[in-house]
Amino acid sequence: MIEVKNLHKYFGEKQVLKDVSCQFKKGKTNLIIGASGSGKTTLIKCMIGLLMPDEGQIFFDNQDFNSLEKKEKRLLRQEIGMLFQGGALFDHLTVKQNIEFSLTMFTAMSEQEKSDRVEFCLNRVNLPNSQNLLPSELSGGMVKRVAIARAIATNPKYLFCDEPNSGLDPQTAIIIDNLIHEITQEYNMTTVVNTHDMNSVIEIGDNIVFVHEGYLKWNGTKETIMSSDSQKLNDFVFASQLFQKLKKG
Amino acid sequence: MIKAIQNIGLYFSMLNQVFKRPENKKAYLKRVIDEIMSLGVNSLAIVSIISLFMGAVVAIQTSLQLGNPFIPKYLIGYATRESLILEFSPTMIALILAGKVGSSIASEIGTMRTSEQIDALEIMGVNSSSFIIQPKIIATVLFFPFLVILSIAIGILGGFLASKLGGVITDGDFLSGLLFQFVPFYILYAIIKTVFFAFIISSVSSYFGYYTKGGALEVGRSSTKAVVYSSLLILLLNFIITQIMLA
Repeated sequence: MIEVKNLHKYFGEKQVLKDVSCQFKKGKTNLIIGASGSGKTTLIKCMIGLLMPDEGQIFFDNQDFNSLEKKEKRLLRQEIGMLFQGGALFDHLTVKQNIEFSLTMFTAMSEQEKSDRVEFCLNRVNLPNSQNLLPSELSGGMVKRVAIARAIATNPKYLFCDEPNSGLDPQTAIIIDNLIHEITQEYNMTTVVNTHDMNSVIEIGDNIVFVHEGYLKWNGTKETIMSSDSQKLNDFVFASQLFQKLKKG
Repeated sequence: MIKAIQNIGLYFSMLNQVFKRPENKKAYLKRVIDEIMSLGVNSLAIVSIISLFMGAVVAIQTSLQLGNPFIPKYLIGYATRESLILEFSPTMIALILAGKVGSSIASEIGTMRTSEQIDALEIMGVNSSSFIIQPKIIATVLFFPFLVILSIAIGILGGFLASKLGGVITDGDFLSGLLFQFVPFYILYAIIKTVFFAFIISSVSSYFGYYTKGGALEVGRSSTKAVVYSSLLILLLNFIITQIMLA
């Protein structure tokens, strides 16, 4: 489980996160939703240590991340998998080399063991026979799948996904959503997904955190979101006519 | 002024991270070899072509300056050798490499920054500055001296060919000029300068790439800054090293 306590983050004079406290549960797909500029990317970046919060604490299974030594932080990070918005695959490496990268860096696995693991991860994301392709030869959806395969290669305890559906067609977006959801349950990971795709909310939102103008405004599940009386949340989630109809039933 | 001091501080703080102990020595060694191929071996052709013509032009211009019949012709070979060893090969080639290699390093690392590849390395628990920059610095510091030695040799060959084809002096005169009052220390001086220049090119360019913020436009700006600042520092360092070693 990941717990965020009283998080504050400033960029110069501007306060982007205002006393945010929430929990992200193990074995669940936890979503952070909110409009662009609401602070959800800053929240996720603070959680993975790419940004240092000005106040507050982040606990990974009761370990206070920001009070860890640099070396301990690096060790903890080896238990984190991350799916970036654009995939962030290493351009000069093939799919196989991308996936086995952290295995090469941090494990004593033999070449055969690494190959087996790469094959397993690629099969898991339904991308067999793509080991020798370069990232430039992959479609948007394939990049996301390879990035997921890379993220799960080391069997991480925590998986973070930054807008996994951005730039994808609706069908591929659902496939990626379901893949993240299945993997989370299969490996009992704590998954945190940053999204503003409402389909994801309805499909995979086991635990949903709504951030608005830096404040945590609402916390619930995909079931309770339909009956929420939070005006800010309803304005955001049910902005489209389709979702308004869905709410009305 | 404050920004300049901040940049210098950030540059040295980056270097402090760069020279941390590698997480996996084998992977780093492989990266050094890849970088030697990419930054060094891939520069062989351009260095050779430029050196050949540079040597030829130096020989022709020297022969024009030494038109007086009382000045021995072998001095053309002597002047060509001295110009190439002392200044043209180390400094000119360093400036050219600042353009070719420096811009390539800054744009490569800058693109890695903007496409979140550096963040991906950090999240995996890899010291990104060390993993990306250290092999580039080691590769350039190790390989650029070879490029400069090669440049001196090819430059002298260019001077010889230009003198021979232009009928300026005989082969014997040129060769005796090459051997006239040869000071081996000057080769060491050229190599030492090159090592410092290589460090400047790779570290300064990496710095501008690593701290790129924004998108494609900023990657281009970082690349330009890398070339400009590397070139200026090369010229400044050239003056300082020459003052220390030769004055």
